[in-house]
Amino acid sequence: MSADSGWTRSRWLSWHSLAVFAFLYLPIVTLIVYSFNGTGVGGFPPRDLTLNWYRQLFADGAIWTSVANSIVVALAAMVISLAIGIPAALALDRGHFPGKALFRRLVLLPLILPGIITGLSLLMLFRQVGLRLSLLTIILGHGTALISVATAEVFAGLQKLERAQEEASLDLGANYWQTFWRVTIPNLRLSIIGAALLIFTLSLDEIAVSFFLIGRDNTLPLEIWGRLRRGITPEINAISTIIFLFSLFAIVAWYRLRVAAQGKAEIGTELAEAAATTG
Amino acid sequence: MGTITQSVDAQSAQAKPGSSLLSIREVSKSFGKNLVLRRISLEVAEGEFLTILGESGSGKTTLLRIIAGFENADSGEIVMSGERLDLLPPYRRRVNTVFQNYALFPHLNVRDNIGYGLSVTKLPKSEIASRVEQALAMVKMQTYANSKPAQISGGQQQRVALARALVNRPGLLLLDEPLSALDANLRRQMQVELKSLQHEVGISFVFVTHDQEEAMVMSERIALLRMGDLEQVASPREIYNRPATAYCAQFIGHTNLLRGEVKDGVARCNALSWRTGLRDGLGLFSLRPENIRPAVGAAAQGMVRFRGKIKNQAFHGATELLQVECTDGLLLFVRTSSQGNWRDEMELEFAAADAVPVRESHEAS
Amino acid sequence: MFSRSYRAAITLPPLLWVTVFLLVPYAIVFFYSFWSVSPGQAIVHSWTLNNYCELLRVGVYLQTLFRSMWIAARVMILSLLLGYPLAYHLSFHAGKRKELFYQLVIIPLWVSYLVRAYAWKTILGSDGVLNTLLQYVHLTSHPWNFLLYSPFAVVLTLTHIYTPFAFLPIYASLEHIPRDLVEASNDLGAPPLQTFWRVILPLSIPGVVAGATFAFVLSLGDFLAPLLLGGPSGIMISNIVVSLFGAAYNWPLGAAISFCMLLLVVGLLFLSERLERKWAFR
Repeated sequence: MSADSGWTRSRWLSWHSLAVFAFLYLPIVTLIVYSFNGTGVGGFPPRDLTLNWYRQLFADGAIWTSVANSIVVALAAMVISLAIGIPAALALDRGHFPGKALFRRLVLLPLILPGIITGLSLLMLFRQVGLRLSLLTIILGHGTALISVATAEVFAGLQKLERAQEEASLDLGANYWQTFWRVTIPNLRLSIIGAALLIFTLSLDEIAVSFFLIGRDNTLPLEIWGRLRRGITPEINAISTIIFLFSLFAIVAWYRLRVAAQGKAEIGTELAEAAATTG
Repeated sequence: MGTITQSVDAQSAQAKPGSSLLSIREVSKSFGKNLVLRRISLEVAEGEFLTILGESGSGKTTLLRIIAGFENADSGEIVMSGERLDLLPPYRRRVNTVFQNYALFPHLNVRDNIGYGLSVTKLPKSEIASRVEQALAMVKMQTYANSKPAQISGGQQQRVALARALVNRPGLLLLDEPLSALDANLRRQMQVELKSLQHEVGISFVFVTHDQEEAMVMSERIALLRMGDLEQVASPREIYNRPATAYCAQFIGHTNLLRGEVKDGVARCNALSWRTGLRDGLGLFSLRPENIRPAVGAAAQGMVRFRGKIKNQAFHGATELLQVECTDGLLLFVRTSSQGNWRDEMELEFAAADAVPVRESHEAS
Repeated sequence: MFSRSYRAAITLPPLLWVTVFLLVPYAIVFFYSFWSVSPGQAIVHSWTLNNYCELLRVGVYLQTLFRSMWIAARVMILSLLLGYPLAYHLSFHAGKRKELFYQLVIIPLWVSYLVRAYAWKTILGSDGVLNTLLQYVHLTSHPWNFLLYSPFAVVLTLTHIYTPFAFLPIYASLEHIPRDLVEASNDLGAPPLQTFWRVILPLSIPGVVAGATFAFVLSLGDFLAPLLLGGPSGIMISNIVVSLFGAAYNWPLGAAISFCMLLLVVGLLFLSERLERKWAFR
């Protein structure tokens, strides 16, 4: 009897899960399908399979300029977030200083704070010190907001790092600096690569903070945003499909790396857990 | 109690004849309100194999970490070859450690693990390479030089950890329960290897363990630590035969503790009595089970005889452990060679000299 | 074991950065909220409580705030209703395909937020995919215009975006439940449903709280989905802030609203942390 009800329950659950997956993937599938649709976005059923939108996309200078801008921003933001986030994680793990609890909350806050607040508070700062809005201000904005990601990921990695690793290095005659580069960083390798990848994609996609800090040069999401306000065009489906495939490739690569290194991969759970205790 | 312990320890803490390499002076350490080490003084001689023995929580690992430099002592000092060791950062100390779980670097192969300490020095590359090869040969790991730590067995990891620590030619090697992760057979084999290796390289070893048998087998001297106090520092033989405290007697080997009274040169414990040189007062004696035996013939000078009933009998292979109840109800353990056919009641004896007076150990709180 | 200079080296740079780029900006928002704008659109640097009075006096601000909270609450509940059973199913009943399914939940997160909102727009529009499909199968002859430009569209889109966010912490907390607890409960005679109510659900509460906080806070502050899909009836509080910082040009009032939002978020995080602590048995 219990086996029977168990089966019923799990069948119910299966249908539910299937429905959720359908809900999650419906827009993505629609997006991809209509990027090949000759009659534009909308209209059922899709007809006139075409690559025209991709052709149009590749000839569209403004989009590619914004893609280049976005990549520059994402790379620079990645460097800033890691350069500040890794020491921040170390400080949370092994530093003793007054206000540490406040520091932890502040660093991790942008992880869950709506982007609008981060964006406009930085806008006010830059206005106050007279910094002109440009890609640089976006980089500073993304870098600051995404320190939280680097800190959360690296801190989770540090919890798994055996303290004896660093002790052994010091014991064998390496000083703190040598130990940091030759033992601490290699041991945190996976966390750092994971954080870097996450920061890169999040920055590439970021719009709320950029919205306030944008100067003359558009990032890709802002370029798309601008076009959406003017009307719907399948070119956007095309560029989104390309970026989606690129992201998918990145996840698979990361997944492989992680499975090879430790036999399992759970992207983002550490982040979720860290964010959950941000308050 | 405290003052007696210190005065006695101050004597026994003297190193064996030979020059002193390391001297630990009045080192104390607490974590919060928890006092972990209480004014520990200990000498380590050049080329000596010294074991710090204690149960978990005795402070033995903390003492080791203070010598290595991973913890700072609250007070006291440590001197090595005439130089203050405790003021140096860990990477300046001529002390190397074999960690409990080896702490091999997972991202480096066996050769690079061993070469790690040399690679941060300014030695020429060729010399580093040849010393690493020597070290690999010393622990017979040449064929695994390119393996990552995760690819070799526990015993092999143990060897690599040893080679990695010894290749730097430290003045002193610290070993933090290095054998505890190994299974019993491998463990016995490594005990022998470690001992002969120490003989070969001639470096002083300070070995931390909770296993009294391991301590007995390997050490020249044992420092027995209990709740942050040194109970006794002496050779295994001396600790076994002349335990200083009740705790020493019980922790190292098996013993009968006899609590009694001394009056006019005679010690009395229940119905047992024997002549002793102690002054009047309460007395505590340790009597090893193997020093009690079935009585034969007439009682000799200095022997104590009594009758007992066998309550329990446990077969241990070469020996047998009996639990005997004396006529007055006192329970004693007796170890004899295995014969099997004991009568229920019999006459037993021990030499008065084997009832070793010991100091009371303060109760664990 | 770490020297003082090591600690200083790892602590000072992040401390400095966080102070300059997080703490100071929040402080500026706070100060701005007590300033005002002259008719000539210059910032007047004299202290006044007018902005906060205005928030309470002019109905539209509070109304919009409450509408935003109501939208966020619906998003939160829907995300939990979708995310929890999914997380439970994957954690306890998915068997060998667990990893794969897990990745399948994560992958939509890697598609741009904006693009997904846009995709919903192409689905829900009056000549969008859904309406043309309905007409194609003759379920309706006229397009349903109420689908797009409504709070419904905003709730649907935000639920789509934040369901994986709600799922993640719930899944993590379910994965942390030792399986022998479930076996012990079964062994003690509790049927599966009882085991769920009395063992699994209580132990997964911290994950639920975290997921709910994510969904609520992030959708509360959203302004892009309302702009894109909300229409006039789907305006949220952040849209007002955006217009105050843009066309309406009243930064001090915008700062006052933002500061209230910041306080609200910090308060919610504080509350959710308390709740999680209360339910954390580890």
